[in-house]
Amino acid sequence: MAAASLRSVNPTLPRTLASPTRSPPFQSPFLRFAPASTTSFSNLKPLVTPPAPSSSPFVTRSAAASPQERKTFHGLCYVVGDNIDTDQIIPAEFLTLVPSNPDEYQKLGSHALVGLPASYEDRFVEPGETKTKYSIVIGGENFGCGSSREHAPVCLGAAGAKAVVAQSYARIFFRNSVATGEIYPLDSEVRVCDECRTGDVATVELREGDSVLINHTTGKEYRLKAIGDAGPVIDAGGIFAYARKAGMIPSAAAA
Amino acid sequence: MASSVISSSPFVCKSPAKKDLGVSSFRKASQISIHGCQRKSISRKIVSVMAPQRSSSTSGSVKTGMTMTEKILAKAAEKSQVVPGDNIWVNVDVLMTHDVCGPGAFGIFKREFGDNAKVVLNLAINILSLLAFSLFVIVTSTLKVWDSEKIVVIPDHYIFTSDKRANRNVDIMREHCREQNIKYFYDITDLGDFRANPDYKGVCHVALAQEGHCRPGEVLLGTDSHTCTAGAFGQFATGIGNTDAGFVLGTGKILLKVPPTMRFILDGEMPSYLQAKDLILQIIGEISVAGATYKTMEFSGTTIESLTMEERMTLCNMVVEAGGKNGVIPPDATTFNYVENRTSVPFQPVYSDANARYNHIFVADYRFDVSKLEPVVAKPHSPDNRALARECKDVKIDRVYIGSCTGGKTEDFMAAAKLFHAAGKQVKVPTFLVPATQKVWMDVYALPVPGAGGKTCAQIFEEAGCDTPTSPSCGACLGGPADTYARLNEPQVCVSTTNRNFPGRMGHKEGQIYLASPYTAAASALTGHVTDPREFLQ
Repeated sequence: MAAASLRSVNPTLPRTLASPTRSPPFQSPFLRFAPASTTSFSNLKPLVTPPAPSSSPFVTRSAAASPQERKTFHGLCYVVGDNIDTDQIIPAEFLTLVPSNPDEYQKLGSHALVGLPASYEDRFVEPGETKTKYSIVIGGENFGCGSSREHAPVCLGAAGAKAVVAQSYARIFFRNSVATGEIYPLDSEVRVCDECRTGDVATVELREGDSVLINHTTGKEYRLKAIGDAGPVIDAGGIFAYARKAGMIPSAAAA
Repeated sequence: MASSVISSSPFVCKSPAKKDLGVSSFRKASQISIHGCQRKSISRKIVSVMAPQRSSSTSGSVKTGMTMTEKILAKAAEKSQVVPGDNIWVNVDVLMTHDVCGPGAFGIFKREFGDNAKVVLNLAINILSLLAFSLFVIVTSTLKVWDSEKIVVIPDHYIFTSDKRANRNVDIMREHCREQNIKYFYDITDLGDFRANPDYKGVCHVALAQEGHCRPGEVLLGTDSHTCTAGAFGQFATGIGNTDAGFVLGTGKILLKVPPTMRFILDGEMPSYLQAKDLILQIIGEISVAGATYKTMEFSGTTIESLTMEERMTLCNMVVEAGGKNGVIPPDATTFNYVENRTSVPFQPVYSDANARYNHIFVADYRFDVSKLEPVVAKPHSPDNRALARECKDVKIDRVYIGSCTGGKTEDFMAAAKLFHAAGKQVKVPTFLVPATQKVWMDVYALPVPGAGGKTCAQIFEEAGCDTPTSPSCGACLGGPADTYARLNEPQVCVSTTNRNFPGRMGHKEGQIYLASPYTAAASALTGHVTDPREFLQ
């Protein structure tokens, strides 16, 4: 059974998993379900039609996006300040929503950044909507501080944001962003949040050596620190997808 | 305000010009250890998450020093030595989760490690109803967690509420625990009377300690940022997200980057009006909410040695508020006494290499003369917005909240009761008491408060006009569902023994939260203003 699924799955692997730098080792016991999960989930109709592949937790990002698209994000900026903690990103009352439940995943997106004080006149997600019109969140220092809850990067990804560009991150938020593959946490070198305004049109280009944020509205460009090893993990769709792709997941405990 | 404290210099801060090594597990492409000549300088190019790593003690000739955290992680990674910056696979001793993150963590575990067909089935029926979800859970019964005795499931966050989803999440955890035969599931089924639930404990971090799950030398992970509390027991304890937890559920391992250690040496006799909460607020005010990001905060010194386990827990609890990865306190007789009374599982304590030769193993050194410190608060809206309590005496408050993993333990209530008793007055504002666990609740009602002529905390609280101590849980520390007891539903000013005061933390976005010690909270309740406890305790 496993062998048959391997044979049927092998030919599709290079096409469904984007640009692996080495061939996935086919002897991994977990390959049995890893590529199968890619094919069955990419064939499965999403429960709620997502605007972008990254909004569905069951479709690996790489399965649906070309390498070019994946590395460039273009859209509107949403600018916040320093120390945006997880309670502002997703207030605790919404933590009853379980992110691994697709329906509730979408609901989480609708509440993204709703905890920001009233001084933020532009809301990240309009009341009644489930998706944001902003692709890039621009933050200051210590973005995502506070709780360890994954709901924070998850709600941003579920809402449709692609990347956060901040001066610095709290570690758990950064780690969760990478592990879930929900959103790219990028480091700016200067205080970009002081020079951008909500509604500015921007592009983020992720490149090998360095990356840039281009603010088309102001005409300014900002260098971003290389995302390094976190990049391939997010590209793959999170730590599990990445670990399977590279044949790394240790055996689950035998029953 | 805070600057006056610094100028009188109750502490000497030896902040080194050491480079920040603390970066995330996945960030840099190369990492170089820049510790002194004693250590090998190793260039580490990380090509992938699991690339073979050169051993950090290749020749084995010179054994370089390691901090406690480095030793714990090295042992858990089955290596003889690690240096900060190393990415290592670590064996996990205990994984804790609760009602808020448990369903998500187990959901990911099942999705990633389970049989595909069953996961597809789940997808199809999951949207239909709760009954269908239960059906799905029963169907997928061949998948097993890595070790059903190393996972501790503690419902504590949204328990005493009529919120359907919150209640459902506890039910979901029950199903997972049943299916996986999880040994430690502190269940609650009768929400109307917590005492009718013999297994129910309450706040996870306090329950972990009380039930003997915290042991020196071990690696404890939890799906909660305040998991760092357990570092008080001389172990590595940190918070992780659902995805990492799902991974651990299946494998019992996690990929971690070894953090560098900042050392905080606290010496001097603890003044009678000062508590561990004052110490940690002092430190966070010093280094800021990102001052320890990606780093270990190691606490030692004569003051630390004099602290009880609960006070040490309070100290380590708020390490995350400084951005810290973990907090740690060297275990001693106090630790062993506490632990050995609660578990018979053997443990192996470790200690930082402490003599002067190894000073370079710490990236920062802060020293405090505790005898010179004063009660402090963290003003809205940040845990590092430190101010002397006595300088906030004009701040009128609307309510006081005593509870949470930070300030809702037995000794926290004892302290508040002691102050109320000494004052002999009534509170001027609603004072909410939320014992962290069943055990704490029982102590509040059963234990006599020293120096109070045999009265219990509960009696003293009643005489002072406080609210009746409520069912144990996380309560309103993080707001919670709308009907949560003591939730801040109006833009009021609250003095709280909890851990965070960012906007909206306890409910209302314009609520103003002053973080404080139990003494300060009790004193403030008596005056209706932020009040230094020395007003009542001298």
